[in-house]
Amino acid sequence: MNTSAKGSCRRAFTDTLCELAPIYPQLNAVTTDARGSVTLERFAQEFPQQFVEMGIAEQDAVSVSAGLALTGKNVFVCGPACFLTTRSLEQVKVDVAYNHTNVKVVGVSGGLSYGPLGATHTTVTDVAQIRCIFNMMVLLPCDAAQTKALTRQLAEMTGPAYMRMGRGDVYDVYTPDATFTIGKANQLREGTDLTIIACGEMVWYALQAAEKLSAQGIHARVLDMFTVKPLDREAVLKAAQETGCILTVEEHSIYGGLGGAVAELLIQNHPVPMKIMGLPDEDIILGNSQELFTYYGIDGDGICKGALELLKQKR
Amino acid sequence: MDNNIIHSLEITACRRRIDIVNMIYHAKTGHIGGSLSSVDLLTALYYHVMDLEKIKAKSPDRDRFVLSKGHSVEGFYAILADCGFFPKEELSTYAQFHTRLACHPTSKVPGVEVCTGSLGHGLPVAVGMALGMQRDGSGGHVYVVMGDGEQAEGSVWEAAMAGPTYHLDNLTAIVDRNHLQISGNTENVMCLEPLADRYRAFGWNVVEICGNDFSQMIPALTTQVPGKPTAIISDTIKGKGVSFMENLAAWHHKVPTEEQYHQAIDELNAHLQQLTK
Repeated sequence: MNTSAKGSCRRAFTDTLCELAPIYPQLNAVTTDARGSVTLERFAQEFPQQFVEMGIAEQDAVSVSAGLALTGKNVFVCGPACFLTTRSLEQVKVDVAYNHTNVKVVGVSGGLSYGPLGATHTTVTDVAQIRCIFNMMVLLPCDAAQTKALTRQLAEMTGPAYMRMGRGDVYDVYTPDATFTIGKANQLREGTDLTIIACGEMVWYALQAAEKLSAQGIHARVLDMFTVKPLDREAVLKAAQETGCILTVEEHSIYGGLGGAVAELLIQNHPVPMKIMGLPDEDIILGNSQELFTYYGIDGDGICKGALELLKQKR
Repeated sequence: MDNNIIHSLEITACRRRIDIVNMIYHAKTGHIGGSLSSVDLLTALYYHVMDLEKIKAKSPDRDRFVLSKGHSVEGFYAILADCGFFPKEELSTYAQFHTRLACHPTSKVPGVEVCTGSLGHGLPVAVGMALGMQRDGSGGHVYVVMGDGEQAEGSVWEAAMAGPTYHLDNLTAIVDRNHLQISGNTENVMCLEPLADRYRAFGWNVVEICGNDFSQMIPALTTQVPGKPTAIISDTIKGKGVSFMENLAAWHHKVPTEEQYHQAIDELNAHLQQLTK
């Protein structure tokens, strides 16, 4: 792990698609006038027969992707997560999930990536929305290396999935050769006092918080829950049993996301003190991601503070 | 058109109408009006236009059918069963506990390519299918039947833009223009006219026909204009074939009483007798 290097998840995603396109001629990328924001320009130029531009029409793009998949294509439909997961939510439910089509819905610039663009462009409800649609897998990679690995796995898998990534460059959590199993959490740090479960960009901040806690003699286990659905039940229950309390952190509403998923599991199987950190149920103020993470208390310092509060509840 | 073919299709469609009325009466649910208006179109496609052997073999270059107005499912199931996609006895399970014959088509049913039921999805899915087949050099053709009330869905028009953009001449979109939706006349609910001009303006080859007349349907369904998708505005009668159901919005989603059921079956049997005389 290199704590200072950064990389772009969306660039890692599209570079991987470009590597895979010649190997898998059925691989198609569909987009919504978003080849710039997804960084699909090179794919569009090099693989025009595997690229489909639908214009600014998210509903159409998802349904057309399902139609393409029904003719044997392996489709990645890509666009800003805010539009792709709300405007075309019914298309995801019906044409992708219910029809069990081989469509991967890939939302870029998710979470608070668009910062000052305002509430129309925030994506803080996508995990909640898509998580309760049967057949849908939900993935939130935390860095470029993980995005690359997961993109490859999605391309080699048949069936629906949703993957969300951010817009800006993010700190590297993993080395380029790291491997992942979809559905299995990745333990990044061992600890016995509490467990911090994070996904997406929050993983790096969770590690920062664990460092800070360590300086105070508190040992936090850190789990990268890049697969929010299907949730790694085993890792969550083990963490609850062995560390006695759980803190979740996500770039998502505090309702219905990773925290919700973990809470649903724990309350029915092994209740322990828990804290769900994320974005409040209110109109998010404007700023860049870093400013907003700090403001809403989900940066390293904020998570550390949350952990100390949680530990007071631990018996 | 060969009159014998037309005559034979008329007999088949009348038999499927009897199936529709039976299914809905026994299940005590269904969308009878739209099933009766569109069953002629489906009959033309399944008994004359499409190559069923390729469809049954799931050949990649098969023709594909999408029932975008998924609520008109009874006629679709009756046709699939009659064409041997699944046993005809199964029609009696329509809408019953644990059936696979749901009130909107699902791909669990042999012969159904795509699950539908929410309006405005069929045309975009059909565009995707046609584009995939075009790029694969497949010889198959995609047919999608939409309702006229369905035309109010914005996603229909997103796909209406995409079809001509990609020159999908292997795509035929049919609007079952029966002029009625659940709340009444389409023009009073949300004005669709001039519907043909609207599709023309979007770049489609447009054909206007009577969708209860096989001599008009067959040439339209077999039309292909290079580089352009075809839209067929298919004028039909909602409730067609049962006199007291015809052109009444109330029969969109109504189940006949026992008396009405017998009256409907008697009328259809009388018509069948006349056709087979």
